[in-house]
Amino acid sequence: MTAETALVVAPARTPRRPSVLIMLAFTVLLIVAVLAVFGQWLAPQDPTVQDPLLSVTPPGDGHLLGTDQLGRDVFSLIIAAARSAIVGPVCVALGCVLIGGTLGMVGAYFGGVADVAVNRFADLVYALPALLIAIVVIGVVDGGYWLTAAILIFLSTPYQIRLCRSVTMVQVRLPYVDAARTIGLTSRRTLFRHILPNILPTVVATLLLDFVAALIGYSALAYLGLGVQAGQPDWGAMLAEGQSFITVNPWLSLAPAIMLIATASSVTLVGDWLYDRLSSKAVSR
Amino acid sequence: MQVVVFIAKRLVAMVVVLLLVSLLVFSLLMLSPGSILATLLGTQPTTPELIHSLEERYHLNDPFFVQYWNWLVNALHGDFGQSIQSGEDVTTVVADRLPVTLGLAGLALLLVLVIGIPAGMAAGMRRGKPFDRLVTLLTIVGMSAPVFTVGILLIYVFGVRFEIMPVYGAGEGFLGRIEHLTLPAVALATGLTALIVRQTRAATMTVMDQDYITFARARGLSRSRILIPYALRNTALPMVTAAGLMLIGAISGTVIIETVFSLQGVGSLMIESVQAKDIPVVQGLALFIAVLVVVVNLVVDLLALIIDPRIRLSVKG
Repeated sequence: MTAETALVVAPARTPRRPSVLIMLAFTVLLIVAVLAVFGQWLAPQDPTVQDPLLSVTPPGDGHLLGTDQLGRDVFSLIIAAARSAIVGPVCVALGCVLIGGTLGMVGAYFGGVADVAVNRFADLVYALPALLIAIVVIGVVDGGYWLTAAILIFLSTPYQIRLCRSVTMVQVRLPYVDAARTIGLTSRRTLFRHILPNILPTVVATLLLDFVAALIGYSALAYLGLGVQAGQPDWGAMLAEGQSFITVNPWLSLAPAIMLIATASSVTLVGDWLYDRLSSKAVSR
Repeated sequence: MQVVVFIAKRLVAMVVVLLLVSLLVFSLLMLSPGSILATLLGTQPTTPELIHSLEERYHLNDPFFVQYWNWLVNALHGDFGQSIQSGEDVTTVVADRLPVTLGLAGLALLLVLVIGIPAGMAAGMRRGKPFDRLVTLLTIVGMSAPVFTVGILLIYVFGVRFEIMPVYGAGEGFLGRIEHLTLPAVALATGLTALIVRQTRAATMTVMDQDYITFARARGLSRSRILIPYALRNTALPMVTAAGLMLIGAISGTVIIETVFSLQGVGSLMIESVQAKDIPVVQGLALFIAVLVVVVNLVVDLLALIIDPRIRLSVKG
């Protein structure tokens, strides 16, 4: 984008106050985060209590969203499942950003064989259907929750490497990096104290995008019966179970579907908004 | 000449990647819990003859690379062994399932192109207007929503609530097939359409800022005269490069959506085989998909060369 268009567009695209939509997205995220942390105390009923007489019932009779096959309260299950929906993706996103961000920055700063190797690896993984690989590997080795995290980190890190590498490349050519070198700062100090703050908007936005990708990955695996333990409350797994009973109690599958869509969309919206905001700040400084 | 060297280099890289992938695919046999023999036997009755023939076929008493080499040579001849579940040849099993998947993919692709490109261009030309904002919001939701949640919502609304569309199976005859594949194709197309709308919108915005569009407007050309020869041709490149990305999304999406709608396609075959640890079928499908991805990426690069002469010039062997 040229300087001229940036001048014209910037005021219109970054309103001072967040829109209603962004506030809504933040609210959804706050609710999901609270459920993930305090869910077990907030659930109106114990999500583990089974009642064979209430196997798959529609809403009513003290069960806001009805019951599942084992007679458990769907509303409480949805709340209890927030934790497994959030914890894994958060770990994956943090792992990706830490590993990929560091590799990308270091690669761009020092260059050389390591940089080329890392970039080639990123090229390779870029051309692979990551979710399908996760399905095959986890299905074949019977992987659990944490192996899923490791595989998702492995498959998403290349995106992070590439992105951090390209934004660092731009910074490395700027005069302030030369200045930092000239006054004898160590490479580590230059990288993490001076370059990092400048690429932070990208890093934060991709952190959120990594989270969404991992959330989708985890839930898809759970839907297929992979990666989560049987009996563990999980939105993807509930959806799969509910599909067979969609005519009896549609909420068993609709509620987790709505939660997944709302959470993923909200994180993406917030990520987009943060990126616009932070990068316009970086420009105006 | 430089272009020929470029293509030759890409072909060599392609072969290297496929060899690497094949090695990983072969290793799936070792990754599966339990001995290789137990994995290959599955639930079949264990007879000495069967064990002997499996040992013979997979060279189980030889070193790893001898096993790999034999497997690879067979694979190159289109022989991936027999499915553990059905005992049929892997190639036969896959070929049986292919028509449904091709129908689903074709229908989804049609939806993506017919809806995605016009919507993206329209949004890109009205930057910041309500229509653009609405489209942007929809693409965010479409990109974020996991494909199976879209599937389940469609099943509920059209199959259960209003009962106007079939939601299971692939249907009989041409029209029945299309009727049965419509909902799965819509579910599959949602995320991909969002992706192409975003690409097209961004490309259109960039193109609309160019001087030649301003000039075309100044010459008094009509909207459609500006749109088709100038804007569309120049937005074609980013859209073609997005094709590789879309294919990857489509493969993962197909696998899941076929399971959601109980379609007997290649994708659900993959899931069934993974769940049943039917490794020969998984290996055959994985290699098939790897070849597809690599070839499409090559075609995308070649198309980019054809569309944009500047890339032809910048290719330096």
